[in-house]
Amino acid sequence: MSEAVNFHFDVDGENFSSAGAASANVKKKLRQLGLSPEVIRKVSIAMYEGEINMVIHANGGTADVNVDDDYVTIILADTGPGIPNIELAMQEGYSTARDNIRALGFGAGMGLPNMKKYSDEMDVQTEIGVGTTITMKVKID
Amino acid sequence: MNNYNHSVSLDLPKCKGCTTCLKRCPTEAIRIREGHAVINSERCVGCGECIKVCPYKAKRAVVDDLSILNNYKYKIALPAPSLYGQFDNMDNIGYIIKGLHDIGFDDVFEVACAAELVSAYTRMYISRNDIKKPVISSACPAITRMISINYPDLCENILPLLPPVDIAAFLAREKTKEIHPELKDEDIGIIFISPCPAKVSYVKNNMAGDRNFIDATVSVRDVYFALLDVMKKGKDPDESTGAGMIGIGWASTGGESTAIFNERYLAADGIENCIRVLDQIDNEDINNLDFVELNACNGGCVGGAMTVANPYIAQARLQILKRYLPVSPNRPSSDYIPKSFFTSNEIKYTPMSPLSSDIKEARRMLSDIESIAKSLPQIDCGSCGAPTCMAFAEDIVKGETTADECTVIMRRMFHEHLEKYKDKTVFDKLKPSKSDK
Repeated sequence: MSEAVNFHFDVDGENFSSAGAASANVKKKLRQLGLSPEVIRKVSIAMYEGEINMVIHANGGTADVNVDDDYVTIILADTGPGIPNIELAMQEGYSTARDNIRALGFGAGMGLPNMKKYSDEMDVQTEIGVGTTITMKVKID
Repeated sequence: MNNYNHSVSLDLPKCKGCTTCLKRCPTEAIRIREGHAVINSERCVGCGECIKVCPYKAKRAVVDDLSILNNYKYKIALPAPSLYGQFDNMDNIGYIIKGLHDIGFDDVFEVACAAELVSAYTRMYISRNDIKKPVISSACPAITRMISINYPDLCENILPLLPPVDIAAFLAREKTKEIHPELKDEDIGIIFISPCPAKVSYVKNNMAGDRNFIDATVSVRDVYFALLDVMKKGKDPDESTGAGMIGIGWASTGGESTAIFNERYLAADGIENCIRVLDQIDNEDINNLDFVELNACNGGCVGGAMTVANPYIAQARLQILKRYLPVSPNRPSSDYIPKSFFTSNEIKYTPMSPLSSDIKEARRMLSDIESIAKSLPQIDCGSCGAPTCMAFAEDIVKGETTADECTVIMRRMFHEHLEKYKDKTVFDKLKPSKSDK
């Protein structure tokens, strides 16, 4: 296996208008690698949803993206409140977002379901009051 | 790799190699090399921002000169509706139509008239339920090119109908051949009066495919000055506009959208805003929209780089001009969309070349770019000739430039050098000496 490439981003929790900046940046980099539009699309939507979630629920966090021979791996880590009931959170339309966030058009309850849908593997590690780390893998065909 | 002929020329002696256009290019297509701005065609979308912002007027749109009229026996003007908003104190579009005849055109076919047909057929198209939504307007060529480079999944959202100017060109040719059967094809010159260089590139790159009926493109600006000489106020012009509120409304943002008679639309302008909207559609984060109108220029076509008036003033004038006009006097003759209105050249994904055709090599290069970028000052000053430190790192790895072009790093090295030799005399000389007082 040859050398993998890594990107690191800090996701700003204070600023809604910049939410999605990291995934837009990753999209550009994956194009430079010449990955297929399908892979880029899956990565960018899965990562975008995760990024928005970190802004809404966890006051930001970090995003690390790794590209090797087989996978694009996205690790989103935050020190937010944690997810009390993952099964519930994985259901489409389930949302705990506050009204002021819904007013902005976010919080439709599609975040985690979309992340699962667009990644080939997803792992959620969460602890109440400590934070959440989500690892998503998208296979490179 | 995509091939594209942009329509920007550079007046070399006027270009100071300043960083204004470099910083404002939305696709990072510009670099400063050997003291002047160079455009990378593969990245350029033809939006004309660089022409608009150049403080030295070194950048110009490459467009046909009005003398092109001499090349044709029968000349037809296709004025964009934005032309009508250029004139102060003018209360009747008929003056412009008359003026176009006076400066040498044999006939005038208003793009605004064709726009009303396109609006009617867009309404029909949007009501179908076998299409991908939101439908994105095909009218702004800078936007459709942007989509073809950066948004593979949105290519099929683009309205497959020809933009109004192509419809106008097609109808004008049909009409002329009918009235003047004696004219040969090459006798007829269909000349588009365009507000923007993106349309010039659109014609030049044959983006309408075999539906390209435009023979030449001149600028709104050149025609404006020619018209000023011949337009006389006072007696009523014996011509009038054939367009209505809808057609003329296309000149500014929101005009095309409101004409679909459906509130589920979004209309945005300014290339940066449009990119943000496209990103959000691409992330499936805008729902319940049927139609999206995106104009690269602020204010819409009235903001084009080849216009004269401030876009918002032009829009205010258009509001007054269209006030007493009928809503949409040009109506389609059929209740289905005629084949001739569809583009034969659907927008396809033509991405920029990757760093390398070998993915392992591309990955290595991208790693190098990341590590070089970390060592750069991150102030994106542009002095190196690249718009950002990240773009500079890319250029270094691609072998297009060298790290010593970074003035911040050079200054640091210079200081280290001085420190090493304890040679402070250079600085001492720069300090004002007491004897100067």
